[in-house]
Amino acid sequence: MSSNGLVIEAENMVKRFGRFIANDNLTFSVSKGEIFGFLGANGAGKTTAIRILCGLSRPTSGKIRVAGYDVYTETEKIKRRIGYMSQRFSLYEDLTVIENFRFFGGIYGLKRPVIMERSHEMLTRLGIIHFENTVISELPLGIRQKLAFSVSILHTPELVFLDEPTGGVDPITRRQFWEMIHEAAASGITVFVTTHYMDEAEYCNRVSIMVDGKIEALDTPERLKTKYQAQNMNEVFLKLARKTN
Amino acid sequence: MTKEVSIHCENLTKSYGSATALAGLSFKVSKGEIFGFIGPDGAGKTSLFRILATLLLPDNGTASVEGLDVVKNYKKLRQILGYMPGRFSLYQDLTVAENLQFFAGIFRADIKENYYLIRDIYEQIAPFASRRAGKLSGGMKQKLALCCALIHKPVVLILDEPTTGVDAVSRQEFWEMLIRLKQEHITILVATPYMDEAVLCDRVALIQHGEIMAIDTPDNITRAYPDQLFKIKSSNTLTAIRLMNEFEGILSAEMFGDTVHVSAEKGRINANAIKEYLSEKGMMASAVSEADPGIEDCFIHLMKRSGIVRKEKVNP
Repeated sequence: MSSNGLVIEAENMVKRFGRFIANDNLTFSVSKGEIFGFLGANGAGKTTAIRILCGLSRPTSGKIRVAGYDVYTETEKIKRRIGYMSQRFSLYEDLTVIENFRFFGGIYGLKRPVIMERSHEMLTRLGIIHFENTVISELPLGIRQKLAFSVSILHTPELVFLDEPTGGVDPITRRQFWEMIHEAAASGITVFVTTHYMDEAEYCNRVSIMVDGKIEALDTPERLKTKYQAQNMNEVFLKLARKTN
Repeated sequence: MTKEVSIHCENLTKSYGSATALAGLSFKVSKGEIFGFIGPDGAGKTSLFRILATLLLPDNGTASVEGLDVVKNYKKLRQILGYMPGRFSLYQDLTVAENLQFFAGIFRADIKENYYLIRDIYEQIAPFASRRAGKLSGGMKQKLALCCALIHKPVVLILDEPTTGVDAVSRQEFWEMLIRLKQEHITILVATPYMDEAVLCDRVALIQHGEIMAIDTPDNITRAYPDQLFKIKSSNTLTAIRLMNEFEGILSAEMFGDTVHVSAEKGRINANAIKEYLSEKGMMASAVSEADPGIEDCFIHLMKRSGIVRKEKVNP
């Protein structure tokens, strides 16, 4: 992390594909331990931005640092300091729970005893230590998503990207999942999350809303609701995203 | 108006090895209804819809659509069904217009004749008629898929999670289209994990682990919520939940957007008691009021009552 307490610093971030501008001058920053909601309609440019911030895609221009490192020249350092969880693929279905922890822990260069200690601690806290040797494909989706999140922060990254982590999850698990997110943030891990559930936008410290490649709004949910005279974040989102749709 | 039955299932079961997908479903859907199956992934929605679309055989039980048995009369049934699978299943390398022509072709339907059905929807994607389907955005893919499922003027439309992964704006537009289609007297069966879409249906079944936990109009389901619900607004939701979980006499405390929903047996506590308790604990800014339950409150209540939450924790 850089000395100013910012885990993400993006200044005039631009990404073009030919004539198409996917990210149009994005300027924003995310502080350590913050839960940052990254919202936008399908095709607004969220995935492009996340790929740049993860060090997977080179921006066209702009000054961008993640965990204190430059996204042009220090992508490998960035990758080691971030975690990533997607809705679709997160865990190997034909490996057991503990095998997944060992595999991902190994990739991040964690020592075996550290992996075992951390994973046992996480499984115990989730109350699912008895699933340790169960193959992932036999577990309900809700438990899989909680495991996937645990695996994504096993190496205690500075920043974790969660791409629609609660899609299709039952309402109780969805809430348990957000408690896990808050716990992780309280422990100092910065959370960068996308979701289509607008009630979940309210659980974020700050929210940005992307429309057609630009950040249309960025503030706390409370201030956004006041500014756009909306009852809830769903209304804020509809007001902003509908303009161009 | 007498309600004619469009879809009728009796004791439908389906298992995959040791995993039960459908644990004996029985229900009826009336003609022209928008009927929603609301539940998370793995609840059994897709298995049920695939059986009704004649793409999967049930283990036991019977199902018929418009009087046609899904097993014995599958060929006839397929002609009157429109089915939109959960995963995008159009031809990615055909253009928008080619996909529509293809589906009209296999059903021997006349696009011009049935165009009125899809006009509102198709006009939104018509500017991209020569774009390949694989290059469309999520919301536009769903619109094209709906057009392809409708072009042969089906009697029954089966939509498996048409709004999953679709943003809030496109989701709302999609529902506006479905409600317009209702005027054409098409029976619409729709599955969704989004609880807020339940209120847009005429009737819904709340489904979890292959069982229907409740089936009724959205209004009746929320009316049947047995407990008293309170809504707490505070500057710190997590602290409010933690404090409320220590408050005697409450049944649950859950996050709902920027509020906490607390349930208690009717007459057991009141809003003032909660407010006093919270301010005693140092949460001065809290607003506490009685609240009407939504479908999601009911879903959580029914899940807890059926012991689903506990079951997952105890049985490895």
